[in-house]
Amino acid sequence: MDAPAASPANTDVPVLEARGVTKRFAGVTALSDVTFSVRPGESLALMGENGAGKSTLIKVLTGVYQPDDGELFLHGEVTSFARPLDAQKSGVSTIYQEVNLVPLMSVAQNIYLGREPRSRLGLIDFRRMYSDARALLNEYGIEVDVRRPLRTLALGVQQMVALARAVSINASVVIMDEPTSSLEAREVETLFRVIGLLRARGIAIIYVSHRMDEIYRVCETVTVLRDGHVVHVGSLHDLPRMELVSMMLGRSVEKVRRGGVTEFTDANESDAPPVLVADDLSRKHQIDGISLVIRPGEVVGLGGLLGSGRSETLKGLSGVMQLDRGSVSIDGKTVRSGSVPAAIRAGIVMLPEDRKSEGIVPNLSVRDNIVLAALPKLSRAGFTSKRKQDAVVDVFIKRLHIKVSSPDQIVSELSGGNQQKVMIARWLAMTPKVLLLDEPTRGIDVGAKAEVQSLIDELAHEGLAIVLVSSEVEEVVEGSARVIVLRDGSIETELRGDDVDEQSLLAALAGDSSAGAGAVTPGATTTANPDEFPTKADA
Amino acid sequence: MTTTLEPAAGPTTDAQATRERIASLLQSYGAAIVLVILLVLGSIAFPTFATGSNFANVLTQSSFLLIVGAGMTFVILTGGIDLSVGSVFALGGVLAAFGSTYGIVGALLFPLIVCGAIGAVQGLLVAYAGMAPFIVTLAGLLGVRGLVLAATDGGSTTPLISDPAVVNLGQGAVFGIHWPVFIAIVVVVVGSVLLARTRGGQSVLAVGGSESASTLMGLPVARVKFSVYVVSGLCAGLAGALNAAYSSSGVPTVGVGLELNAISAVVIGGTLLVGGRGNLVGTVAGVLLLSVIQNLINQVGSLNSSVQAVVSGAFLAIVVIIQTVLSRTQRL
Repeated sequence: MDAPAASPANTDVPVLEARGVTKRFAGVTALSDVTFSVRPGESLALMGENGAGKSTLIKVLTGVYQPDDGELFLHGEVTSFARPLDAQKSGVSTIYQEVNLVPLMSVAQNIYLGREPRSRLGLIDFRRMYSDARALLNEYGIEVDVRRPLRTLALGVQQMVALARAVSINASVVIMDEPTSSLEAREVETLFRVIGLLRARGIAIIYVSHRMDEIYRVCETVTVLRDGHVVHVGSLHDLPRMELVSMMLGRSVEKVRRGGVTEFTDANESDAPPVLVADDLSRKHQIDGISLVIRPGEVVGLGGLLGSGRSETLKGLSGVMQLDRGSVSIDGKTVRSGSVPAAIRAGIVMLPEDRKSEGIVPNLSVRDNIVLAALPKLSRAGFTSKRKQDAVVDVFIKRLHIKVSSPDQIVSELSGGNQQKVMIARWLAMTPKVLLLDEPTRGIDVGAKAEVQSLIDELAHEGLAIVLVSSEVEEVVEGSARVIVLRDGSIETELRGDDVDEQSLLAALAGDSSAGAGAVTPGATTTANPDEFPTKADA
Repeated sequence: MTTTLEPAAGPTTDAQATRERIASLLQSYGAAIVLVILLVLGSIAFPTFATGSNFANVLTQSSFLLIVGAGMTFVILTGGIDLSVGSVFALGGVLAAFGSTYGIVGALLFPLIVCGAIGAVQGLLVAYAGMAPFIVTLAGLLGVRGLVLAATDGGSTTPLISDPAVVNLGQGAVFGIHWPVFIAIVVVVVGSVLLARTRGGQSVLAVGGSESASTLMGLPVARVKFSVYVVSGLCAGLAGALNAAYSSSGVPTVGVGLELNAISAVVIGGTLLVGGRGNLVGTVAGVLLLSVIQNLINQVGSLNSSVQAVVSGAFLAIVVIIQTVLSRTQRL
């Protein structure tokens, strides 16, 4: 792994700096007194888990949001960006995860939109535009017919065009938000080469990615955000991955040893014949070769950082996401892939990550929300039986202790925890064999969290097979009998038995080589050599 | 990666590229090709079709729709729609008749100012208030027709044009071709240059191609959207004024359903209804195609106007199906 080149101008005035920036939304503080700076030619990794404030900070730096408090400095002078255009004009450019260009227009048009070279008559000089565009792209070693519509090019090339456009507008800082998420390995190499060229010219790079390998390759410094605060600023090179990850998650190894903080009882591995067997689930850019075996009564955790493929694995299992490859079978029978109805018929149901947009129908009653998926079962010749519905609804409201004034209460009036229980009830009404839970306790208060956790526990004891995805480390560790750790869309390792502890999980999340075998000795993680990162083949 | 990405279009192979290029050409010039075929077949089938006077007649009939269609093309290129043009067309005619007491300047300026202002109001609502173009211009369609009726005692009076200079603007001819045809040609040429060769025109295509990308690239998205409705209002007003001059009266009931003809012509001409792609030459072909079909049906004689509507409707449906197939081939 090549070491990041030393910045040519590390001692200069920061090209872009935020001092004491605070940003609140409706009483919630998204950024709190954040101080942040990047120097010419520096490549800085901006790290943090979901909700840490990364995207808010980027939006403040690019003029999308105005800070409530604090100031921005550009080349040492106070500045403020009223809108994205102001930031762009001042030399702060952003490359987004999805290519934000006009696919129907040509490469050259896209690079020069809004600032096309013009002849004396005020008309666009296409010949000059094409030759300028060609020359610009050639600087980065990209040979492409600049008259071709952008959409006919590979995504990587489109990304390069976006970058060329950004930099050609006199950029002094380029912010890259997950730039590689849809790129091929070869295209990533090209991107990294171009980043090197930009840095050599003194352009600062702010790089946001969840891919550890990339961060360590491209960046020399790191700023870690957690809960809206800057928790670490420093050289990335001297920072072991393990420590970086624990800073992002806000958990020290010592704290972990103090024991349980969740409602889960000791989870046991089951030796019953498997209910779900998934083999080689793959989808381009998302997951690659994921195989799982789940037994009845077992809670299996899926660990991994954001973007590791946890949610995508669940979506693949439940038929929500089309798979390029791989099969799922229940009790030995193959389930047609890519079909939600087929998965539900086979007994696989999923509680989606985003309750509001993917699950609850907010304006319907509790009753209607519970029976929604089970309606076909509760009806005859297309007519639903109210009596049968009431019976089902009644059972689940009692069983899951859903706090409602009546089954007719509108579901959006319930608390987050009770809404989540309604969702669980909806799927339990289908008498599933496998329950996939994506962040089941996100956004619900502590008490409800405990109730949902003990419910999961109870369901498993009754023989339901459960796959649990959670970004809360303790929830995965204490809730699961086994934890399958994903990284960059593949299975990194599996933790079993006594290895299922927070420390091993953190190490595996970080991709430390010592975690590969699941035999982590206390202390080993903190002394892990940052230069010895495993490749995927090791895992 | 929580966002689900569609499989990328990916690098294009040669065979694919060829197929896509052909599809793209068909989409752009399909209307022109069908037009030529119809002209040839019509000339063979009907001796009265391929005559100078008949062609001149088709051109005159087309010129008003073409001017409206030119404005509509700009609107559709941004991904919008303007349903108000039929009513604005009628208003333009009535105002031209009123204004003709001040001569040719009054007959043109009066409708252009008012119709441009109506376009501006609609543009403001769409671009700055973020309202749906369909609803805003539907309100325009209803409201402006109401204005027309109010100005003509509920449509019972038809203001006449007596100024010979104004009448000559519609009925005068050079080489047997009426003035409105030349004016329509000027509108199309100016519009084409604006669209293809100016920053403003490129912005229209960019906004229609991807509004979010245009915003992030710092293009003046709202201003672009506002402008196209003003252009459309001006075009509809101009066409209405010319039509009034041609018929030497501002008939309050003209232009009912004109918006649908204009939209048909634009779409037949290869402009994508979702925006981002198309040109005025296609709209010319689309307008002529509709006029020629109408003319051919009239040639048959035994067919009445209801058949004509059925044929036009069927034709539009076929064109849209073909366009969808072509778009898929091009993976748009």
